[in-house]
Amino acid sequence: MSSFTQWTTDSIQKIIDDLKHKPGALLPILHAIQNEFGFIPEKSISLIADALLQSRAEIHGVVSFYHHFRTTAPGKNRIEICRAEACQSVGARSLESHAKSCLNIDYHQTTSDHDFSLEPVYCLGNCATGPSIRIDDDIHGRVTTEKFDALIARHRQTIKEAV
Amino acid sequence: MTQRIYVPCDTTALSLGANDVAAAIEIEAASRGLSVEIIRNGTRGMLWLEPLVEIETDTGRIAYGPVSSSDVASLFESNFTTGQPQHNLYIGRVDELPFLTKQQRLTFARAGITDPVSIDDYCSLDGFNGLKNALALDQQAIIDQVKTSGLRGRGGAAFPTGIKWQTVLDAPGQQKYIVCNADEGDSGTFADRLVMECDPYMLIEGMTIAGLAVGATQGYIYLRSEYPVAHKLMNEAIKRAYQAAYLGNDILGSGRQFDLEVRLGAGAYICGEETSLLESLEGKRGLVRAKPPLPAIIGLFGQPTVVNNVLSLAAIPYILDKGGQAYADYGMGRSRGTLPLQLAGNVKQGGLVELAFGVTLRELMDDFGGGTLTERPLKAVQVGGPLGAYLPEHQWDTPLDYEEFAQVGAVLGHGGVVMFDDTVDMGEQARFSMEFCAVESCGKCTPCRIGSTRGVEVIDRIRAGENPDANLELLSDLCDTMLDGSLCAMGGMTPYPVKSVMHYFPDDLSPRD
Repeated sequence: MSSFTQWTTDSIQKIIDDLKHKPGALLPILHAIQNEFGFIPEKSISLIADALLQSRAEIHGVVSFYHHFRTTAPGKNRIEICRAEACQSVGARSLESHAKSCLNIDYHQTTSDHDFSLEPVYCLGNCATGPSIRIDDDIHGRVTTEKFDALIARHRQTIKEAV
Repeated sequence: MTQRIYVPCDTTALSLGANDVAAAIEIEAASRGLSVEIIRNGTRGMLWLEPLVEIETDTGRIAYGPVSSSDVASLFESNFTTGQPQHNLYIGRVDELPFLTKQQRLTFARAGITDPVSIDDYCSLDGFNGLKNALALDQQAIIDQVKTSGLRGRGGAAFPTGIKWQTVLDAPGQQKYIVCNADEGDSGTFADRLVMECDPYMLIEGMTIAGLAVGATQGYIYLRSEYPVAHKLMNEAIKRAYQAAYLGNDILGSGRQFDLEVRLGAGAYICGEETSLLESLEGKRGLVRAKPPLPAIIGLFGQPTVVNNVLSLAAIPYILDKGGQAYADYGMGRSRGTLPLQLAGNVKQGGLVELAFGVTLRELMDDFGGGTLTERPLKAVQVGGPLGAYLPEHQWDTPLDYEEFAQVGAVLGHGGVVMFDDTVDMGEQARFSMEFCAVESCGKCTPCRIGSTRGVEVIDRIRAGENPDANLELLSDLCDTMLDGSLCAMGGMTPYPVKSVMHYFPDDLSPRD
């Protein structure tokens, strides 16, 4: 389960100030903001634009170009299912439909209890032992539908215990 | 006596429960009053056996696998800590296993043997010898060794590495850069990941040598965000390399400088294309640049830049240690040295197979792969990632060589081999190729951006039985437009898998029942 902090203008500004001296600082800044808050808050765009002497349109353009960056808060666990060929060859297509019906959401959505977000991913580099999924920073291989259900149950339990 | 036990820590081993296994071994050993030291090594590349636990004995390292945490108690029960063969997971001496002995491991010589972040382990197996040699050579002499080796870019384009370095050395520039392309997005490939997770100092050494050769003092590893384990291990190795003066402003007391930093990508396949990667490193949308100018002349921040794949840079330490000729002695034709191949998808024995060029695809899939995981007949093989053609059976005797593959309209690419059994619907695969291109196109050029979306629609119409003949002709025409009119390989090669399905698996494109 990921633990994110609530963003404030000051905390965003501090991240920007720590990194803005780097050559090509924009991606490192966006990663740092998303790692801290779980997503890129709208407010960040103008703060980054001011710090890097770029337009808000340019910053927005970068955020929206990359699949990894999100502009809304994710669920407590971010699930990515590999849709690429190596995983397809061992059943990824049925795994993804199972996952969608099990969580009752489609890709790019978050469950109503905010426990899980579901995203597609094109290869986790675990191609000899697929189908593969990633939950936060943990990658799981040979994910059958049963293993998927067990992983979800375990994460639900962790969330319950954390409350 | 403390017993040394190896439990791998690469992504695949972790994805199959290696951390749970390591924890269970620790608990079980403690409860039995046994003293054990658990070393988290890299993987040997026999991924179907992960987690592969190894025991150090007087007669070599003995392996057991695949081990799950529930096997641990019974392993102790059968005295596995002394390498006893009773347990049904017993495999035997690792370095005698045919899967490994039949390979020619130059780049992956240390993989799985060492603790990836231990500099001592690295140095004990020839590590940093190449760097020490390079420090004693002038720039041209280093590049001459790389030219002699015949090394060609392992990212897929197969451009001679020595010539690229020469161009950067000869280009005037205030600040030159070494950029490592670690955006390994092709499905079925994981060799770059294994380098970074199992032997990260090899990449650091290769990049440092490249820096010395062309006069670059700054390096960046552009790593995909889908590789969290590689990210952690690579950063740890870089930190330790700085502490031990293998990086920094006075490398091994030579007065020479090379700095290195990992930069994370953000889930864009196109950023594996070198100019798009450079845009991304500069903090922009990953839009492909028109070439020329070549990155070697005008690259990162407008400066001369070497952009090499992980595997190209990882081959450098061996070349500078043993000499370019020693590397060139392997291989066939114009493909010199070894290629780390990756067996993936529906395969019984998937993993990393490093071989000199020239072995046939069939030998690789049968002798190493052992056939399909499902034990059903093999139907198609995609080599070279999502932009590579699907090969039907009559092409499986093609030798693994850049030119031989090009002759049959296929690509070797980054050496990924994805196997499919006879349940695969090739029409679905062709549609996915177009769909993937639509999702991942950078949008700069029209044939790729619009062509891919139209491609999905046309394939859907063909499969729905709407004017199939006319639509097949349209699809063929669309493929040619993308092939000839796209700015980079994304749009330019997406037609390869689609056309291979049209040519070799036409029945699968017929209307569905």
